[in-house]
Amino acid sequence: MGVDLSQFHQVFFEESFEGLDLMESGLLNISVEEPDSEELNAIFRAAHSIKGGGGTFGFMQVSNFTHVLETLLDEVRAGQRQLESSHVDLLLKSVDCLRHMLEALQAGEEPSTETADHLKADFERILSGNSETAAPQSSSNEGATPPEQPPPPPPQSDSGDQSGWTISFAPNKDMLRTGNEPLRMFREIKNVEGVIRLSVRANVDKLPEFNLMDPEACYLSWQLEVYGDVKLESLKEVFAWVEDEAEIRYQAWDAQHQPASTPFPQHAEQKAPESSEAPSSVSAEPAAAVEPPTKEQPVAPAKAADPAPIKAVTPPAARPAGGADKGSSKPAEASSIRVSTEKVDSLINMVGELVITQSMLGQLGRDFDLGKLQDLQEGLAQLEHNTRELQESVMKIRMMPISFVFSRFPRLVRDLGQQLGKEIDLVLVGESTELDKTVMEKIGDPMVHLVRNSLDHGIEKPDKRTAAGKSRRGTITLNAYHQSGNIVIEIKDDGGGLNTDRIRNKAIERGLISATDTLSDAEVHDLIFEPGFSTAETISDVSGRGVGMDVVKRNITELNGTVEVESELGLGSVFKIRLPLTLAILDGQLVTVGNQIYIFPLTSIVESIQVDTNNINSVGGMSEVLQLRDEYVPIIRLYEAFNIEPKSKKIEESLIVVVEHDAEKVGIVVDELMGQQQVVIKSLEENYRKVDGVSGATILGDGKVALIVDITSLSRMMGHKARLADSFAA
Amino acid sequence: MAKILAVDDSASMRQMVSFTLRGAGHEVVEAEDGKQALGLAQKQSVDLVISDVNMPVMDGISLVKELRKLSNYKFTPILMLTTESAGDKKMQGKQAGATGWIVKPFNPDQLLATIKKVLG
Repeated sequence: MGVDLSQFHQVFFEESFEGLDLMESGLLNISVEEPDSEELNAIFRAAHSIKGGGGTFGFMQVSNFTHVLETLLDEVRAGQRQLESSHVDLLLKSVDCLRHMLEALQAGEEPSTETADHLKADFERILSGNSETAAPQSSSNEGATPPEQPPPPPPQSDSGDQSGWTISFAPNKDMLRTGNEPLRMFREIKNVEGVIRLSVRANVDKLPEFNLMDPEACYLSWQLEVYGDVKLESLKEVFAWVEDEAEIRYQAWDAQHQPASTPFPQHAEQKAPESSEAPSSVSAEPAAAVEPPTKEQPVAPAKAADPAPIKAVTPPAARPAGGADKGSSKPAEASSIRVSTEKVDSLINMVGELVITQSMLGQLGRDFDLGKLQDLQEGLAQLEHNTRELQESVMKIRMMPISFVFSRFPRLVRDLGQQLGKEIDLVLVGESTELDKTVMEKIGDPMVHLVRNSLDHGIEKPDKRTAAGKSRRGTITLNAYHQSGNIVIEIKDDGGGLNTDRIRNKAIERGLISATDTLSDAEVHDLIFEPGFSTAETISDVSGRGVGMDVVKRNITELNGTVEVESELGLGSVFKIRLPLTLAILDGQLVTVGNQIYIFPLTSIVESIQVDTNNINSVGGMSEVLQLRDEYVPIIRLYEAFNIEPKSKKIEESLIVVVEHDAEKVGIVVDELMGQQQVVIKSLEENYRKVDGVSGATILGDGKVALIVDITSLSRMMGHKARLADSFAA
Repeated sequence: MAKILAVDDSASMRQMVSFTLRGAGHEVVEAEDGKQALGLAQKQSVDLVISDVNMPVMDGISLVKELRKLSNYKFTPILMLTTESAGDKKMQGKQAGATGWIVKPFNPDQLLATIKKVLG
């Protein structure tokens, strides 16, 4: 049967990439002096799976290369070799190399094996070095080379003209306990190519008295006469699994030798004593042990038996390539998502419930009268419940922990740190914070850029740090957390901080500002996001290639996110990326102002209060603040912001919704609160244009359009631009 | 047709094996590691077990040992999927009680031909 192996390629790639990630993080964690055996095993298994899958799915380049990694890992794991840090480096490079190869294959291209060949040579040097396992050649033979095993054809084997074989088969008593059943083997012989007839004779000599008999033991031995032009290997293949559990002798018939006459009775009796002789006729044993399963095609195409294993693998490999050409492989990469079965199960479960509710409502509708009103309401409540749960589950499918992005940084920091001669610790916080997969996929590159930037420009060299009275080792912290319906990702370093004077000078030099402009520090800091701005004294290959912060900022803005920097000279910088959790749905609080309905993101609301004028103070006759317990909170009147007529302009007849953004509170004056509901966000920019103070719109149940208030932009618009929280206070 | 328990920690291998076996009309139960497989094997009876060797939690060799301790699985064919063509793993497998092995890489046809050996 033709199974199209290409259908499994995607899964293979995905799990291989996961395996590589696992290897990488394992290698980064491992202690060279005392490697943890569980960790080593996990790394080994990952390599092992990639090798096995690579071979199976026809990616021999991958399989062959992974083999040397595996061999080294296996030796370390078995305690035959002490792990060295050079091994770890080499293994890490190999992980990269494999990743590239797999990426190329996934894209339907033939990967370059140049790097792999170099690395492979390095491995072989190590392996042949102090290993007692002799030449690299032989050690690499161990697993990957079934291709070329030359089955030393025993004298008889090629004498296909023989007219038959006599096989004496005497299993050990315990053979049945491994699930090997002689009858099946005999039946299989009948299917071996060239067999015309088979006669089997059992020898019952060893059968004990009935009361002494162990019902699970095998006491019988057999004489088999195989008539026909049959190859020895084909016969050996049948018995390959039991070679060590039975005495098996193969005797070819001479041309004149008529089987039925002499050979077997004799042999039958001499079987046991002759065992010493057995090896001679079964001399190809080790080779046979290697080959049989790869050639397991007794039923299949006849002559293919010899050019067997590798050839047998390649055709399926060629087929997928053809299939991939039809253009599916690349889009598949971009669009596939791995979802745990649990999540899928819960989805199916909920759809089931939805169907039940629907049929209940359907029945209710068929003969409805007012008496059933309560049933109807219950049914609808049920429906709402089902829908919400279903929606949540569907959303969850798209949500993935940010560790998927974070995990690439330990390696990056290690390598760059080495390259730059800096000592750096990387701290990851909030790795389990979830965000939408599409958002995640796009945030990786900007983050890499920012982290590289911190490494290169932020953290100082160890000497400089000591001179400044800081610890030799710098620290970069990646922190992710949810805040008011957003995910915030911070990239913080304890390096030199942004040098305001230098940035100013540079900006003047580049004509971004004029020498007479007076800017606050924060405004100066923001200049680094201007196109073409780079302050690196020498352009290193780490960062500062001119494609700079402006690109980062643009990428983030495209995701409806923001990026800002806070910095203190000598103490470090924090880059704060703020992104929407998902681009699709929002938990909203509906409020009214006049005859308009607005929506506040529920997560940003702290509380809603009714106040009297006593709690309101005017600051400098301009802006108002609300005294909220021991805090003063600026107030924004929504009707002013959007220029509409409210129900009442009196503060005591209105409500104040206290919202938080950027750790700053703002009180927003509205007429009334309405319900809370989840709303589907429709982009205003796509359908109209960007509007200040509004992040999007939605369509309510009654068909009306309601605008979603963007707190940050609203307060900025109203001149209450929140001061950035000072993370360096400590 | 036969009910087969396929055990492998690699999803692609598992899918390939299951797909091939199902295509040939067999019923397939899948497990990701030895422990899961053992649990499944105790809950139902299967006619054949095909297991990878290197797996987390419980490896293939231990799985075979555990299965052979169960009276239902004393004589059930158990095949190991192994990349080790050197005798080492095979011997370990056989000593644990495995019936035979299938050397990786293998293709679907080879897989079907091999299981034909052990399914009467």
